[in-house]
Amino acid sequence: MKVLSRINSQSTFITSLLSILLGMLIGAIMMVVAGYDPIAAYNALFVSALVQPYDLGETLRTITPLILTGLAVALAFRTGLFNIGVEGQFIVGQLVAIIVGLKLNLPPVLHAVVAVIAGGLAGAVWGLVPGLLKATRGVHEVIISIMMNFIALYLSNALVFHWMSNGADSTPKIMDSASLRIDAVSQMFGGARLHFGLILAILAAFVMYVLVWRTRLGYELRAVGHNPLAAEYAGMSVKRNIILSMMFSGTFAGLAGAGEALGTSGYLAIQPAFTGIGFDGIAVALLGASTPLGVVLASVLFGILTYGGGNMQFEAGVPFEVIRVVFAAIILFVAANVTGRLLGKFSRNKGGDKRA
Amino acid sequence: MLDTLTNILSTTVIYATPLILAGMGGLYSERSGVVNIGLEGLMTIGAFTAVVSTLTTGSPWLGLLFAVLAGVLLALPHAVASITFKADQVVSGVAINFLALGLSVYLVKHLYDGAGQTPVVENKLNAIAIPFLSDIPVIGPSLFKALPTTYIAILVVLISYYLLTRTTFGMRLRAVGEHPHAAETAGVSVVKMRYVAVLISGALAALGGAGLSIAIGSEFNQGTVAGQGFIALAALIFGKWRPFGVLGAATFFGFAVALTLTGQLFNVTKYVPSEVLSMLPYVLTILALAGFVGRAEAPAAVGKPYEKGSR
Repeated sequence: MKVLSRINSQSTFITSLLSILLGMLIGAIMMVVAGYDPIAAYNALFVSALVQPYDLGETLRTITPLILTGLAVALAFRTGLFNIGVEGQFIVGQLVAIIVGLKLNLPPVLHAVVAVIAGGLAGAVWGLVPGLLKATRGVHEVIISIMMNFIALYLSNALVFHWMSNGADSTPKIMDSASLRIDAVSQMFGGARLHFGLILAILAAFVMYVLVWRTRLGYELRAVGHNPLAAEYAGMSVKRNIILSMMFSGTFAGLAGAGEALGTSGYLAIQPAFTGIGFDGIAVALLGASTPLGVVLASVLFGILTYGGGNMQFEAGVPFEVIRVVFAAIILFVAANVTGRLLGKFSRNKGGDKRA
Repeated sequence: MLDTLTNILSTTVIYATPLILAGMGGLYSERSGVVNIGLEGLMTIGAFTAVVSTLTTGSPWLGLLFAVLAGVLLALPHAVASITFKADQVVSGVAINFLALGLSVYLVKHLYDGAGQTPVVENKLNAIAIPFLSDIPVIGPSLFKALPTTYIAILVVLISYYLLTRTTFGMRLRAVGEHPHAAETAGVSVVKMRYVAVLISGALAALGGAGLSIAIGSEFNQGTVAGQGFIALAALIFGKWRPFGVLGAATFFGFAVALTLTGQLFNVTKYVPSEVLSMLPYVLTILALAGFVGRAEAPAAVGKPYEKGSR
């Protein structure tokens, strides 16, 4: 727990920015070694992600779930918990939202609202399991979360295949009444799949800010993250806060899944592997120093890199996966506070290292 | 009936092998006090390197060797970040997984003209029959006509058991994972022991990955490892961080795979969807951890960076 809260306090805007630059430099080196032109590649990436209205809309669509999964990881980080189960919570969010969208018959708007809430609740339940086991049996949340990810994946595939698709690879489209698409907005962006989930994601960032920094409950969540013993001594229930934190975190993840299912795709397919959106949330939260604003900014960056990276492959011929390496490098640099150390080396002559 | 039994047993052994190797890798790292979520990535880089170097050198044995080297190399950033820089070990492991999958698929596309998978390895590692023993019915064909990686995995378990329980090295390794400060006081370098353990874990996990790509399969793509590293982690926990425990748990998980694959023969999948069988290892691990299938106790100092002089 100590290490996690240290990451939050170490990361400043400058060190994050430097980590990004270093990460992209590593990517550039990989391109040069393999004989590609990194400047042309990065140029193609940013241009193709941002210039055309359609691409801009798709970039915003890519950013949407990243904000929510990033918030999910960040909220748990604040309580000293590592919710690596965001991926699974995302999957059950998708699953339950699709079930509601397919099987319930409700009027427009209300249908979408119910489906989104159901997705969020499903995520909360999936987060509850590791939270409960951590609080009552002292089992590390990471291990249970990883197991819950796989259970979610197989559960989703089983239900899609045996119940909702009549043996096909994916479910039919959800009813229009449950869709999060806004046709007028979509047309403004040349038919891009961006949807109401983006507004939901930004609202969620506000909710997290208010919850964590402006309420008594949030104070307790952070206190438990800083020092569980002191929090317990001050009369707070560490167990209760752990459970709540995992449930809130799961809710954000479930909402991300619901948004993807009801807004982006409109159906659910059998997934041979994880979507990765939940795992990307870890990178987003780390880079964003687990603050709502940081998460939104980091999502914008990772969204651009992810969507633009796909186009980079077409336009500059550089395999998309170099972007995954850039993500990995950024995570490692932030986690090990590499840039903070570098900056410390430069400024040591003036101020001196207090720990030394 | 006897054929079905032989079939199930040998499938179990085949699918248990990579889990045993990667699980043993995790065991070294975690017994020394370093969590290794990166097993998945280490297996991935092993699987990738094994195929590419077998294709290049023409020898699958060199493929295994290079896979081990690649595993050690990729474990190094995890060691540096989590031991020297005292980063969060789980975060660092997650980064290793990102790095391995990204790097290997990037290189596959680069080396093979944008293809999503490598060409097929023609001379993959084949089963080696041990004379006489392989003639025993049922267990003969499954245990004594096995892939080379299976023999290696069993050797690794036996040697590790001996190393951990009977040698000074093993005692030090465990001490560093349970009471690092006491170990340091007794003159053991916590940092050095943990580095060695994490690098061994990279070597073994990569070996497990190589088994997937040049012994069981014969190519590498994005889905070659597909979560086996996480099942290996589950086997490590289910096996209570002990060599024979890992062997047993990995074998059991291999059996679950064998059931899904041979399920049609038994009509099992008629009554139980194969997805439910695939879920089994994970559900059981959760039950084990929750204390319903015997308590699983992690090494005391696992996950905690070692700070000299602090308590």
